[in-house]
Amino acid sequence: MPHRTFALFVLPSFLAMILFIALPLVSVAVQSLYVEHPQVMATVEACDPFGCTTETRVDAQATAALREAAPLGRFNGLGTYLNRAHLAVAEVRAAWAAAPDWASFLAAVLSLPFYRALLFTLAYTAVVSPLSLGLGLLVALALNALPRPSRGPIIYVTLLPMIVPTVVGALTLLWMIDQRGVLGALLQWMTGDEDLSVRASPALTWIALFAQGVWSSAPFVFIVFYAGLQTAPRDTLESAMMDGASRLQRLRWVTLPHLAPIATFLMLVLVMDNFRVFEAIIGLNAQAHATSLSLLIFQALRSGDAPLFGSAAASSMLTLLCIAVLCTPSMLRAYRAFKVKA
Amino acid sequence: MSTPRAHRVPLPLVALAAGFMAAWLVAAAFPFLWTVWGSFKLEGDFFSRGDWRDALLGPRTLAATGSPFTLDAYRDVWVGQEFWRQALNTLAITAGVTVVSLTFGTLGAYAIARSTKPYAFWLLVAALVFRAMPGLALLSGYLLPFFEWNLWGHLPTAAIVLVALNQPFTLWLLHSFFLTIPRDLDESALVDGCTRLQAFRLVVMPVMWPGVVTTGIFSFLVGYSDFTVTAVLLSQQNQTMVPAIVAFLGTTQQPGQVMYAVAATVSVIVPLMILVLFAQKRIVSGLTFGAVKG
Repeated sequence: MPHRTFALFVLPSFLAMILFIALPLVSVAVQSLYVEHPQVMATVEACDPFGCTTETRVDAQATAALREAAPLGRFNGLGTYLNRAHLAVAEVRAAWAAAPDWASFLAAVLSLPFYRALLFTLAYTAVVSPLSLGLGLLVALALNALPRPSRGPIIYVTLLPMIVPTVVGALTLLWMIDQRGVLGALLQWMTGDEDLSVRASPALTWIALFAQGVWSSAPFVFIVFYAGLQTAPRDTLESAMMDGASRLQRLRWVTLPHLAPIATFLMLVLVMDNFRVFEAIIGLNAQAHATSLSLLIFQALRSGDAPLFGSAAASSMLTLLCIAVLCTPSMLRAYRAFKVKA
Repeated sequence: MSTPRAHRVPLPLVALAAGFMAAWLVAAAFPFLWTVWGSFKLEGDFFSRGDWRDALLGPRTLAATGSPFTLDAYRDVWVGQEFWRQALNTLAITAGVTVVSLTFGTLGAYAIARSTKPYAFWLLVAALVFRAMPGLALLSGYLLPFFEWNLWGHLPTAAIVLVALNQPFTLWLLHSFFLTIPRDLDESALVDGCTRLQAFRLVVMPVMWPGVVTTGIFSFLVGYSDFTVTAVLLSQQNQTMVPAIVAFLGTTQQPGQVMYAVAATVSVIVPLMILVLFAQKRIVSGLTFGAVKG
């Protein structure tokens, strides 16, 4: 295909990705170096029959004019990155100096908003990705052992947690684990604790979020593994059986190696998606006990009356950095595999 | 035709698989069934702390309305809260995202699938990298320019952003589908004197419909399910359904407010359940196509 034709065909798609994915990255990087204008203060002298007082007021007009003139704010360098809401360099240093041991240092650091969010995001990614990979594989293996006519309806039900929007799926779970909901009541009955509430306990909230994550991403894993199982090498399986390999051995030495490249791919996608965790926290209304990096950005964008662009941008840059670190190794592996194939 | 011996499964293993599957199916379906059933009750029965059977039988609903089922929550939310406005907005966003996504996607993916140049490959790699970008990080880049240029709050803005964010997945999926269509088909059309665009439109697209339908379903789901982009980019009167549900819960709690959200949630879920009923095969093939072969 000539260059010109190719360019014309890909132009709309390419332009959309450049405008709304590549350029925003630049815009985020620039924004993160700026911070909102402070409010312009004016000293006003107010006189009444009993004398004059001077008071300092916010000059709304001047503030608006300043915002109008330079909407980006004023240059702040790396200030936003280093402040308390982000890397909190000063606070970490102070905690290091003050803490008698590692445990109290970590406790002090993890009470800072950014590190708290980072901890949850990493924990969520590290727990939910492998668990949904495992659950999806088990469901796929189980379905493969069941008679064919039953498979269609089972796949239908299995797809539901994935198809339903994350927020909405999380809400249905929220209402069930509520103190007055059916699962909440069951938990109270099982533990004998009348006042047990999932939402009041940080640990239970985390577990609920992890469970929701596995519940909603296992179906995708299942579908892909199930398709992989249909292409498992039948000849090798037959000859392994001739050689006396047990069912478990065949699974371990033939089927699983066949699925391994698919698992690598799935893991990459799961890590990318789980690292964005945010909608589940909104749906389960768990902001009090669990914050993620994406949630920090969301909260900065919707804070009070004006979005905190600088803060949102700095959080975004730090998130992108984490994703780059997390995904580069598996991306490179996928790339090499692709090159070999091509 | 008999199953080869290696693939015949012994009975205890079938029982084990069936038991595990039954447990999974309950976990997958129960939250939806429970919520759908409960949406026809009053709040006192939906949240029935005293006795879980109340949620099934609805004694309070029976006492208050004379029937164990009531449409009160639906009437309140669709008519009282004007949820139909949000439904229309969702419809507009969804239609826009699907049409534009497919137009951009088929053109781009066709060129990528047919080109043998290295830059076609690099475009796919770039799309994969773009796929890793979290939506919220990008959103914080749009917001200020959108405010400045008065683009914020409008439905087309949110739709085009959703199209762009989903373009990497769309390109990958459609590109895999185009690869299954033999090159000879469009080559011979070119020999017969068609331009590339004519070959694409008149010869390739007519046999491409399974790929287009499959990708279209996923684009539909992107528009229909989105919370993040629509919550940040749309003004109050252009709000779509999913953010509106969260807003029902966010404002100060009034009695019955939870039931608004419950009825709205069921209103969002049921169309999806019906869609999957008809589109199950397409969804499965789309997920495996993008993954296994891509």
